[in-house]
Amino acid sequence: MSLTRSEIENVAKLARLALSETEIPVYLSNLSRILDLVGQLERADTAVVEPMSHPLPGQVQRLRPDAVTETDQHQLYQRNAPQVKAGLYLVPKVVE
Amino acid sequence: MHLQTLSELAAGLKARQFSATELARAFLERIGRAQAQLNAFITVEDDTVLAAAAAADRALADGSAGPLTGLPIAHKDIFCTAGSLTTCGSRMLANFVSPYDATVVERLRAAGVVTLGKTNMDEFAMGSSNETSYFGPVRNPWDRARVPGGSSGGSAVAVAARLAPAATGTDTGGSIRQPAALCGITGVKPTYGRVSRYGIVAFASSLDQAGVLTISAEDAALLLGVIAGFDPRDSTSVDLPVPDYSAALREPLAGLKVGLLKECFDKGLDPQVEARVRAAAEVLRQQGAQISEVSLPNLPLSVPTYYVVAPAECSSNLARFDGVRYGYRCESPRDLRDLYERSRGEGFGAEVKRRIMTGTYVLSAGYFDAFYLKAQKVRQLIARDFNRAFEQVDVLLGPTTPTAAFEIGAKTSDPVTMYLNDIYTIGANLAGLPGISVPCGFADRLPVGMQLIGPHFAEARLLRVAHQYQLATDWHRRIPEGYA
Repeated sequence: MSLTRSEIENVAKLARLALSETEIPVYLSNLSRILDLVGQLERADTAVVEPMSHPLPGQVQRLRPDAVTETDQHQLYQRNAPQVKAGLYLVPKVVE
Repeated sequence: MHLQTLSELAAGLKARQFSATELARAFLERIGRAQAQLNAFITVEDDTVLAAAAAADRALADGSAGPLTGLPIAHKDIFCTAGSLTTCGSRMLANFVSPYDATVVERLRAAGVVTLGKTNMDEFAMGSSNETSYFGPVRNPWDRARVPGGSSGGSAVAVAARLAPAATGTDTGGSIRQPAALCGITGVKPTYGRVSRYGIVAFASSLDQAGVLTISAEDAALLLGVIAGFDPRDSTSVDLPVPDYSAALREPLAGLKVGLLKECFDKGLDPQVEARVRAAAEVLRQQGAQISEVSLPNLPLSVPTYYVVAPAECSSNLARFDGVRYGYRCESPRDLRDLYERSRGEGFGAEVKRRIMTGTYVLSAGYFDAFYLKAQKVRQLIARDFNRAFEQVDVLLGPTTPTAAFEIGAKTSDPVTMYLNDIYTIGANLAGLPGISVPCGFADRLPVGMQLIGPHFAEARLLRVAHQYQLATDWHRRIPEGYA
């Protein structure tokens, strides 16, 4: 399956990935190869098969009680932030 | 003492043949000496290690020690370790200091285990050769021109070169079993949900599972008994009692039904690897097992299924790296969009970007049914094949990998060639089953591993088969030249 340059640019845009001019042809060829591999799935007859929703049969996602269990640790967590001021995460201006 | 298994070291500590501090110092010294050759570690903090060892020595002296107190272990750098770096092998997290411990780390610490350091890995656990790490490739101690496998390559090398007696790892498509095979050690991937994923940097959440890399199955049983079990902080953790894995090892193999996985003895399998695995089956037969052949017709579709499901989940999970709350941020972003795109474009390496884009493509409007839904249906077919097989046999046996370790750089030009390294291991992840790789000989002086796969929650059975095999063989005690 052969992708086009504009499809690669669109996927990169959706994934919020900046690609350089030299990267685009590489990913174009890589993703086309990967989709060829994935194309083998067409061989399987899945007309009457339910898609798998959990790796363990009969298991469903467990829910916890809706109760507060975490304590406020924002100072600890913000130590890893690239830019913080007065307890807030800083980003470039969004609203003029 | 560095040549001893974890179980032997535990006995030595208890008998006061050496202290936890002496043990930690010995391994720290070996790690330091091997680092330039093997690049197995990303972070080692000597002071922290020695402080933990001193605490273990106090517990050993005052009688409060448990069975694992003072034993050293290395953690794959995907596990959060409070107060220390957790890089996940990526530039994106090169400066990330974990605010808390992963459940696996917490349980081992509570048992008195001393953390030696954090091991190198493929970036975000995406790779089969440890060549995608931002911190450089890890080298195989059996031949330093070759890869150790991946993504838990640093953990596998740490154990193989006896820089640590055991290490943790994670396995999404073979990332514990494949490097264990290529480095000549034992590696266990438990059932999905058996070990908590809390505090492990997420890659593909329906496939990820934590496990251990050790010298012997006996050591793996010891560690698995500590890390397995229910954790409310992981919503897919399963609330089932943890059996006594160590006690289960002793039961002999008489009457055990072993199925040779027909589809894993395919045309891509190296003849020497095949010969070693068939010889291992013969050892099990002599120990009383009944060997037959079992066919899983949909298993050859594992790799294409995986390369839809895993990238799809990866693209969702890695959306959290936005350059705002933690992780890499680009210089002087023009606006918010530029901040996102350049932080991610510069912070992620080539393989990670490849998978994010593949995942974004297969989930995008118009393609979801054709790719993602189709793959989840084929995944169901593969899981059914396994279920049917386990109606006939107790465990499945095959090679862990198609070949022994390949040369660094040999498979980096084509991603699909690299992906096919995991052709025999991916099936267990898709079906959520436990698997173990056990050393079973050599091909041209490079280690070969056999893989055993069991039904859900049959870790005790897999460990028992591996242990009984290791009682009859000594492949797992072989050490690469220069590291004895």
